[in-house]
Amino acid sequence: MSLWEYANPRRFMQLSATALPWIGGLSALCLVVGLVWGFFLTPDDYRQGSTVKIIYLHVPAAFMAINAWVMMLVASLIWLVRRHHVSALAARAAAPVGLTMTAIAMVTGALWGQPMWGTWWVWDPRLTSFLVLMLFYMGYIALWAAIEDSDTAADLTSVMCLVGSVFAFLSRYAVLFWNQGLHQGASLSLDKEENVADVFWLPLVVCIAGFVLLFLSLVLLRTRTEIRARRLKALLLRERMA
Amino acid sequence: MMPDLGKYADSVLGAYGVSLLLLAALVWLSWSRARKLRDELNDVERRAAQARGASENGAEGIDVNG
Repeated sequence: MSLWEYANPRRFMQLSATALPWIGGLSALCLVVGLVWGFFLTPDDYRQGSTVKIIYLHVPAAFMAINAWVMMLVASLIWLVRRHHVSALAARAAAPVGLTMTAIAMVTGALWGQPMWGTWWVWDPRLTSFLVLMLFYMGYIALWAAIEDSDTAADLTSVMCLVGSVFAFLSRYAVLFWNQGLHQGASLSLDKEENVADVFWLPLVVCIAGFVLLFLSLVLLRTRTEIRARRLKALLLRERMA
Repeated sequence: MMPDLGKYADSVLGAYGVSLLLLAALVWLSWSRARKLRDELNDVERRAAQARGASENGAEGIDVNG
């Protein structure tokens, strides 16, 4: 069995119909457990007070905002190389989810930054890259909607995705190229010494898992919708011509 | 039950409120569009199947020999 089998819309619809309830259910469970645990059962931070509870939304949302674009990049490359429509539609389906994650990360970041840094916003490398990434998400969605022919739209948005990947990359790694800026370093890292304390780390990991599964379930649902929309358009065209 | 958020209550509750609202809106919009398109597609496919059935019956009824 090859993974490319699921480039076939019918096979994709069959697999996603089976997987979606499970992934959706698991996502809801992880989100509820993670957020309840983080909000109600973790202590305040000695420096940040109760604002540390924002970490359970801000970090998972920022993590998904970047990784949603990476998923779109992979899907776009598959479209450009192999011309699988399911891949292009999956990238289109992911964009609004990624945009929402970016918006959540920026709003929660501002609400956290105001009491901690004394400012809602600062033009440091990470935040600026994130803002540009958000604008790329908006542009990507608008470009898909603006072009009538779906293959042309897929081609142009794929190229846009390649260009925007620079900012997804910079959002994560900007601090390696420029000064640290105001935004703190990694909350999660393979280097355990950089991580937040264990009491915050465990519910944070559960929340991240919840956000990843939520992203997956929404992309599956939305891709199914895009496949149906494409088929509907073809059938309506056939009806008009008959 | 509600933890004491102290002087940062507005920030914390605001962050949770906005985030959960955005997530709920995203899930709701995704699901309702999915349902609407599924119903529309089912209608059009039904019409297409009926049209195919009608044209096949019509073809059977043609007596090419006059």
